[in-house]
Amino acid sequence: MSDLALSFRRRALGHASFAVGGALTLLLLLSAALSLAWTPWPVYELDIPHKLQLPSAAHWFGTDSLGRDVLSELLAGARTSILVGVIAVGIGVVLGTALGLIAAARRGWLEELVMRFSDFAFAFPAILSAIMLSALLGPGIVNSIVAIGIFNVPVFARLTRAQAKAVWAREFVLAARAAGKGGFRITLEHVLPNILSVIVVQATIQFATAILAEAALSYLGLGTQPPQPSWGRMLNEAQLQLLQAPRLAIFPGLAIALSVLGLNLLGDGLRDLLDPRLARKR
Amino acid sequence: MGFFLAKRVATFAATLVAASVLIFLVLEILPGNPAQVILGPDAPASAVEALARKLGVDRPPVERYLDWIGGLLRGDLGTSYAYGTPVGEIVAERLAVSLPLAILAMALTAALALSAGIFAAAKHNTGGDIGVMALSQLGIAIPSFWLAILLILFFAVELRWVSAGGFPGWSAGFWPALKALILPAVALAAVQAAILARITRSAVLEVSREDFVRTARAKGLSRGETLRRHVLRNAMIPIVTIMGLQFANLVAGAIVVENVFYLPGLGRLMFQSIANRDIAVIRDVVMLLAGMVVLVNFAVDLLYAAIDPRLRAQDV
Repeated sequence: MSDLALSFRRRALGHASFAVGGALTLLLLLSAALSLAWTPWPVYELDIPHKLQLPSAAHWFGTDSLGRDVLSELLAGARTSILVGVIAVGIGVVLGTALGLIAAARRGWLEELVMRFSDFAFAFPAILSAIMLSALLGPGIVNSIVAIGIFNVPVFARLTRAQAKAVWAREFVLAARAAGKGGFRITLEHVLPNILSVIVVQATIQFATAILAEAALSYLGLGTQPPQPSWGRMLNEAQLQLLQAPRLAIFPGLAIALSVLGLNLLGDGLRDLLDPRLARKR
Repeated sequence: MGFFLAKRVATFAATLVAASVLIFLVLEILPGNPAQVILGPDAPASAVEALARKLGVDRPPVERYLDWIGGLLRGDLGTSYAYGTPVGEIVAERLAVSLPLAILAMALTAALALSAGIFAAAKHNTGGDIGVMALSQLGIAIPSFWLAILLILFFAVELRWVSAGGFPGWSAGFWPALKALILPAVALAAVQAAILARITRSAVLEVSREDFVRTARAKGLSRGETLRRHVLRNAMIPIVTIMGLQFANLVAGAIVVENVFYLPGLGRLMFQSIANRDIAVIRDVVMLLAGMVVLVNFAVDLLYAAIDPRLRAQDV
């Protein structure tokens, strides 16, 4: 391992936010991976005679109103959250970063157009846009991914433009231009590598937002549809059993909160580690 | 100041027009024939045609758009397809729940966030600061609708202090109505306060490092007085921006929490109208919310100028 990597690893392990966030995120990823190969009970299997059971050796977190094993549903729900998060943030990163880079490189009316549009999209409550789109396109996991993805585009467009403009003002870009490189090559070879770390940090934080948005949409019945497991829908079903089995409302919410907390802490930690100047200022 | 104001008013108007065009495009043009959307894909062609004529959607889009905007300007929001009553009446009824809820949630947010943020900044890098920051991380991570369910569990199911949901209406008296809004407001405020507390803390810290703050302290002002007269006034700009955005978000974004508590607010109206494919209501409510967002941003811009005279000067 190079000295640089070793030093990064040493600093990372000593950084509380990064370590806690990393551990929680790892737990989320491992739960999803595990559910692909194994769950304590079959996720889709209904077992009405054993409904609403208390936690026991057979069902660690008990069973829900249809007799499904809550732990198995939680593990499989992690898969849904990650699927939605990765694709939705992916849409935002690819489209938003491209728009931001073009705006910074071309300036003029194009930049103005991109910025005004993203100002508007940014100010508009995200959940409302997502609900409107889900209503327009119909409920379902694919449409909620698209809706959350579209909301992510202006976030990355604004960030990329601001960061890219700062890089464009640097002397090495001037040198590259003097050497005869065009806007496209400068963007790819100089601007993008210099702003990548900021985009990675933002992507981690947007991942957390996407998990929250997916949960909210599924809670409302507009996101993931049954029988596919989703933490948001588990909460919706739990609310109907609030008097008989209040514990059903605890586990899915805890899973969402811990995942979001983990990703946010990881993002904060990464920001500090990748840009030590920021860490000192805070 | 006159030029500054004219420029802001022009931007305000242009953004409203852009928003209305976008909403019209997304809701009325993109999905195809609104009559088909309302009746669903399996409806017979004759029924779709009859409804299209009744709704007037067989006319050219530009004419329909101008009709809609003209109606909005006259205060005529059209008629709801599902309820058969004027949209304006339904919206006014729902706003009587959503607006007080947003105001209550915003007041809670500001009270919690400003005190926690200023406290954390004053105790920078001590246990108090770390505690507030850890709490705010938790607040951001907890989904508002889960917190809402937990609040119902504790205060309605366990302690039986409040009802688990519903709204008695303002006609039932001020206190019973307000009581129904307290838990939803707390659920909404917790997340917003967590965000605002972090922003307040970093804004106060940033300004506290400025030279003029040291000068103020050096000339003998107490810590409290420096904070009030110099630090807070300068730190207010980012705080006010975020509060503006948050308020707009609270009016519109309460949709999930309104659903948890079965509150008949604007968010729930939106949700029900989507289920009923009631396009006239969706279009008007989205426009109203977009208008509010733009209006709040406009007000924040003016407030900036009031807080920081340099911003006025820059524009002249």
